Amino acid sequence: MITPSQTVGPYFSLGLLEPPTNELVPGGIRITGRVLDGVGEPVPDAIVEIWQADEDGRYRPTFGWGRSGCDEEGRYSFMTCKPGRVAGQAPHLTVLVFARGLLKPVLTRMYFSDEEDANAEDNILSAVDDPSTLVATASDEGFEFDVRLQGDGETVFFAV
Amino acid sequence: MSRAAPMLEVVRDGEGPHPPYLYPAYRSTELRAPKRPLLLLPHTLSELTGPVYGEESVGELDHDLTRRHEGEPLGERIIVTGRVTDSAGHPVRSALIEIWQANAAGRYRHDVDRHPAPIDPNFTGAGRCLTDDEGRYRFVTVKPGAYPWRNHPNAWRPAHIHLSLFGRAFTNRLVTQMYFPGDPLFEFDPIFQSVRDPKARSRLVCGFELEETVPEWALGYRFDIVLGGPAETPMEP
Repeated sequence: MITPSQTVGPYFSLGLLEPPTNELVPGGIRITGRVLDGVGEPVPDAIVEIWQADEDGRYRPTFGWGRSGCDEEGRYSFMTCKPGRVAGQAPHLTVLVFARGLLKPVLTRMYFSDEEDANAEDNILSAVDDPSTLVATASDEGFEFDVRLQGDGETVFFAV
Repeated sequence: MSRAAPMLEVVRDGEGPHPPYLYPAYRSTELRAPKRPLLLLPHTLSELTGPVYGEESVGELDHDLTRRHEGEPLGERIIVTGRVTDSAGHPVRSALIEIWQANAAGRYRHDVDRHPAPIDPNFTGAGRCLTDDEGRYRFVTVKPGAYPWRNHPNAWRPAHIHLSLFGRAFTNRLVTQMYFPGDPLFEFDPIFQSVRDPKARSRLVCGFELEETVPEWALGYRFDIVLGGPAETPMEP
C-alpha cells in the first residue's frame, strides 16, 4: 500500500525554499500568478512547482523543474522559457500546488494564450469543460496564470 | 453555461489511500479544497518524466541535522532510515528526500511559529539526502516535540517530521509527515485522521528498530515509503 499524503503545512519554507529554484532560465520569460482560495483571498502559504520540456519540446533530466513560494498576495514567480510542443501536445507546463489546508497537492496544466492553433489541437485542453482556466495570458514580461483552488473560475485539476 | 461532457474520466476524490481534499475537521481545508471533480490525465511524457538528481544535489552533511551548527542541538538524538520503493516493491534509486521539522521543544525556526517554546540556536530543522541503489536513505536528527495549533480548542499536533520526495516522475511527488509510534495525540489530530483507512494511516507511523539503534549514541526508527503514480505503468503518449 502506498504511503498517504499529508499537508505541507505552514512551515515548508524551512525545508523547501533554500536555495531558491524558481529561475530555470536567467533572462527568460516571467511566469507569475496568484494562488487564490474559495472566496478569492490569496493563499500566501502555498508552494508552486513546475515541470516542463525545453524550447525544443524535449524533457531533459536536469532541466525543467522549478519551485516558488508565494508572497502575501499569494503570488509565485518563475523565470523560464516557453516549452516546445511535446508529441503533438500544445506547449504546456505541469503544475503542482501544495499548501497548508491542502492534504495533498493539486495537479494542473498551464497552456499559453498565444498558441491558439496548437491549443485547439491539444487532446487534453479540448477534453475539459473549462479550458480557459488552464491558459496563461500574455503580460509585459511573459505570462500570467492564476490558480483558483475553489469557487468561481475554479481551475481544472487532474488526477494521474 | 452548458457544459460539454468531459472526455476524460472523472475521479471521485477521497478514494484510495490519500486523504480527501475536503476534511472539515481540519478547518483550513474548507476554503482550499477543490469542489469540481478531478479529471484523469492520460499518461503522456509530461506525466511520466521528472527531474533527476545526482550526488551534486546534496552536501556531505545535509542528512545530519545535528551537525549544522557549532554546538549540538538539545533533545533525543535519533536516526530515521528506511527504503523508498514503488508499489511493486522495486527500489526507487536517487530519489531526493527533503525533510523539515520542529526542534525537541516543539518549535519551528520559522517566523510564523508563535509557540512560546525555546528556539535552539544549534538546530535549524532542515535536511536532505538521496536514496542509494537499494532505495535506502538515512537521516540523523533529534526527535521533534509536539506543539499546539489553532485548529480547534486545545489542539496539539503529534510529533512529526515533514518529508518531501521525488520519485521517477514529477507526478509521483509525495509530501507527507512521519509520526512516532504510540503517540497519544493521534486520535485528536485531524491531519493524521484525514487518512481514513487505518491501514493506510499506519503507513505514516515509523517503527522503533533496535537494529538501527546505535549503542551509546542514538535511537533508530525505520520509515519505509511507497510511492504511487504513473511511472509504474508507462504508456506511449
